[in-house]
Amino acid sequence: MKSFEYLRPETLDEALAALSDPDAASLGGGTNLLDLMKLGVAGPERIVDLARLPGLDRIETLPDGMTRVGALVRNSDLAADPGFAAAFPMVAEALLSGASAQLRNAATVGGNLMQATRCAYFQDPFAACNRRAAGSGCDALGGANRGHAVLGWSPACIAVHPSDFCVPLAALGAEAEIAGPSGTRLVPLAEFHLLPGEEPHRATALEPGEIVLALRLPAAAAGFAGNARYLKLRERTSYAFAVVSAAAALRIEDGTVAAARLALGGVAARPWRCSEAEEALAGKPATAESFAAAASIALSNAAPSGANGYKIVLAERLLARTMAAAAAGTPAEMPALPGSLMDDTGEAAHA
Amino acid sequence: MPDDFASQSHIRLGSNSGKPQTRLDGIAKITGSATYAADNAPQDMIWAVHAGAPAARGKVVALDTAAALAHPGVIDVMTPENRPELAQDPDARAEFFAMKIDVLQNDAARYAGAPVALVLAETLEAALEGARLLAPQVEAEPARIGFGSSEPYEPPFVGFGSPAKTVTGDMEAGFAAAAQNVEVEIETPPQYHNAMEPHAIVAQWDGDRLILDTPNQAIVMSCPMFAAYFGIPPENVHIRSPYLGGGFGSKAVINAPQILACLAARQTGRPVKLVLGRSQMFGPVGHRGATKQTLKLGIDGEGRLTALSHHAVAATSAFDDFLEPAANASLNTYACPAISATHAGSRWDIGTPGAMRAPGEASGSAALECAMDEAAHAAGLDPLEFRLRNYAETDPASGRAFSSKELRECYRLGAERFGWAGRPLEPGQMRDARGRLIGWGMGTSLFQAPMFRAEARATLRADGTAVVETAAADMGQGAWTALAQIAADGLGLDLAQVEFRSGDSKLPDAGIAGGSGHTATAGSALFSAGQDVVAKLAALALADPDSPLHGAGNQAVTARDGRLFLAADESRSASYADILASAGQEALTGNGEGVRNPKDAEERAMFSHGAVFAEVAVDPDLFQIRVTRLVGAFAAGQIINPKLAESQLLGGMVWGLGFALHEEGIHDPRTGRPVNGDLAGYHVPVNADFVQIEALTVPEADPYVNALGVKGVGEIGITGSVGAIANAVWHATGRRARRFPIHVEDLL
Repeated sequence: MKSFEYLRPETLDEALAALSDPDAASLGGGTNLLDLMKLGVAGPERIVDLARLPGLDRIETLPDGMTRVGALVRNSDLAADPGFAAAFPMVAEALLSGASAQLRNAATVGGNLMQATRCAYFQDPFAACNRRAAGSGCDALGGANRGHAVLGWSPACIAVHPSDFCVPLAALGAEAEIAGPSGTRLVPLAEFHLLPGEEPHRATALEPGEIVLALRLPAAAAGFAGNARYLKLRERTSYAFAVVSAAAALRIEDGTVAAARLALGGVAARPWRCSEAEEALAGKPATAESFAAAASIALSNAAPSGANGYKIVLAERLLARTMAAAAAGTPAEMPALPGSLMDDTGEAAHA
Repeated sequence: MPDDFASQSHIRLGSNSGKPQTRLDGIAKITGSATYAADNAPQDMIWAVHAGAPAARGKVVALDTAAALAHPGVIDVMTPENRPELAQDPDARAEFFAMKIDVLQNDAARYAGAPVALVLAETLEAALEGARLLAPQVEAEPARIGFGSSEPYEPPFVGFGSPAKTVTGDMEAGFAAAAQNVEVEIETPPQYHNAMEPHAIVAQWDGDRLILDTPNQAIVMSCPMFAAYFGIPPENVHIRSPYLGGGFGSKAVINAPQILACLAARQTGRPVKLVLGRSQMFGPVGHRGATKQTLKLGIDGEGRLTALSHHAVAATSAFDDFLEPAANASLNTYACPAISATHAGSRWDIGTPGAMRAPGEASGSAALECAMDEAAHAAGLDPLEFRLRNYAETDPASGRAFSSKELRECYRLGAERFGWAGRPLEPGQMRDARGRLIGWGMGTSLFQAPMFRAEARATLRADGTAVVETAAADMGQGAWTALAQIAADGLGLDLAQVEFRSGDSKLPDAGIAGGSGHTATAGSALFSAGQDVVAKLAALALADPDSPLHGAGNQAVTARDGRLFLAADESRSASYADILASAGQEALTGNGEGVRNPKDAEERAMFSHGAVFAEVAVDPDLFQIRVTRLVGAFAAGQIINPKLAESQLLGGMVWGLGFALHEEGIHDPRTGRPVNGDLAGYHVPVNADFVQIEALTVPEADPYVNALGVKGVGEIGITGSVGAIANAVWHATGRRARRFPIHVEDLL
């Protein structure tokens, strides 16, 4: 492994100063960055461990009703927080459907946002990858690409973002609170990850030297808690990234969808907010027909980037299914297999 | 050995065998005190990491050795230019189990990941960075990956010397007699063993003696193979392999990185440790080769097979031959007057395949059981009834009698436990309360019951306890425990009175832990060593005028609980300690051999059998597959340790589920590089994939396999399970799997 400098600043100012080095990388739980370093994909000269930054390990309610989740809160702690899970059940479900218990114990909220695609060609330093090395090409095109994007991709990059957590966050209009040399700013989560376009090497809205400080969820997002689900199709029951996933939160009044919050995962370089489908569904009866129509809208611009056309069909059906599951009501308790269609064990959660 | 003991063709085991003894090494393993190879760190040790070829076919044209050497901590870089001589050509296949290996003999890249240089450094981190800095470049030609990438060829043999072509009966007449034919084509992908413990070696030289800490499934057998590369006598190689974190066949043969580590240790005069990273296990340490299988089954009007042809194209590397003997799975399973099992090879630019848990049988049984299911449906018969109609009373390939075969009871017990009766013949007929499609499928399990050759030594000590020794390999299956149980029974001692020494090449040769023959082979040797001790003790006692057994003449004695009893009058007995003391002996040593009676081997066909039943629930729109129940019933002779045997059988069934639904080594079709070379991308089943899984055993007495009646349980669980799950998926959805693993897009 390449040698590097390790810093563990005690204050935000120190951290930002340390991150002014263009070859520095910030470290959260390390569940992705360390892998990338071992693979030779990332090779920072300096690691800035954010673990000691004060006040970032809290879940709090701001005066305006917003929920603020510090970047250092562990995925497992966030999912287990009763208040958070009650207000944003599909976020908790998404968290628990991701990775393994061991990884969730280490992974942080900020790190989850910052994780890189698991595209095999991105992770292979010998492969051409515009995301890793600008202008080198895209070996995923024409390669093994069953898992690649069907929305928002470009010939420069067909990778997908791997996060489960970010999918319901995008749906609920969460924002990332970002700190940098020029102060703090808020970026909507649905725009935090950039679509590849011509420049896939730029993965997020983060400018050099910036870090994610916290996540913010609007107070109104909790209004969907009664009808919210996250469902995830994957190739084994646990410890697998989504083939496709869907988050659906509905506000249903008298059998009519008053408002909908929808997003897809595993289909694009960002968690895919389905705004048009949300608008189309609003005011419609909460029926299978309405859900199918909305899902169809959500995928209307989808196109395969390789041997992944099946994902379009799956995503459309899954989104409709997730809306139906949400309409049926958020389960009183977290399912034993969170996010799974296969939740038939009736046993304690062990995913 | 006196006749009293040798004449018993089927020996009654003692009180230790048959008990569900918890594994004796369990505490050491879960507390971390069990020393695996990579846990060794001798004084002055250095680290070695190999750099792999970034392309599968071509010539290495650049290696930045200067950059690697300049990295702090890097000691040396071994390349084809400076690699010390080996005493044996690595492309020679000098021995039966030796494969061609890539040990820097030239600048060719023959598969992605093949070693192209070895970096030696003071720390692991420096060695890894040195290997990265080498940045090897290959002048690459397009890789040949996939069955369409090269012309099939006719192999001289498949597997380990099995015939590539076997035909029994008149195929033409068989198909002519058929009322209908069923044809099925099935593809299976490359699969990688992925033992939890990566391959590791700590090599040190003491003069011209080579001391190795390395996980190994064939400890004594490997010594001459290592020795040959270095021109030293086999007895100069000492292999210590007390624990393996899984082997599955990949630790039975010598691999290239091991040899490079030994070379580096000799060259530097320092101990060298080399541990493969997970991604490095997708190339130089073997895998289950891909197959493309075509089956044609002729069936008559009553649902009986009239002809069965099974052709398998098996992928191997561009430079060496290990062909999955998949078609041979059809030779011994079902009665049929005409059977043809044939193979062709397909050369890919990929590491050479090797034996992986149930080599041949796993892939071949998967295809055969799918074909049998289609044939049953074509015949309008229940799949179990169809199999019973084609029950083989004698071995279909050879006509020989089976040494034992309780398959009928496996079918009965498995079906009863599963609740198979009443299964609709047509697919798509069952739903659960949540609307999921429910399907039931089954498959027959079959695996050879071989014996190899092993030796063992038992030494009774003055206090009546004993030491038993053989170089067995515990790769997680429980050899430390089951073999000790057999050894204790051979000695007539309680397990606690026996110290079992194993896992070291200085001990008597226990043969190979493979082929599901280790317990039978090493166990027979251990039992016989114990009996040798008992016979010598009996001779002492009978000759001792002061012994209660004196004058018993030729009457048999029984050994039990550390005492010898007169069989005809158990009130007359003497303790082992007293017999030794009276004879003035500090210790008494016996030797044993485990080998099959050649006459029985010649006359009988020897297999373990079983039946697996699967239930799947499939989402009708999204086609997620859940295996909701998996029940296997197996007949595998005498079960030494029911707990470990169940664990082995369940493990095999878990592998079967992985084969059916998960496992797939993907190589980029252009470069040949692994695309999913880690445990996040290469999926094996997880606990959450199992709802209900059960392995039952059926009592089976077998007087021919060996004196203990032991067959094997390590591999059979995979066979039958793959087909059962695929057939259940069909029964749920009406869609037939044509390739494994079954992907969602194959069902949409």
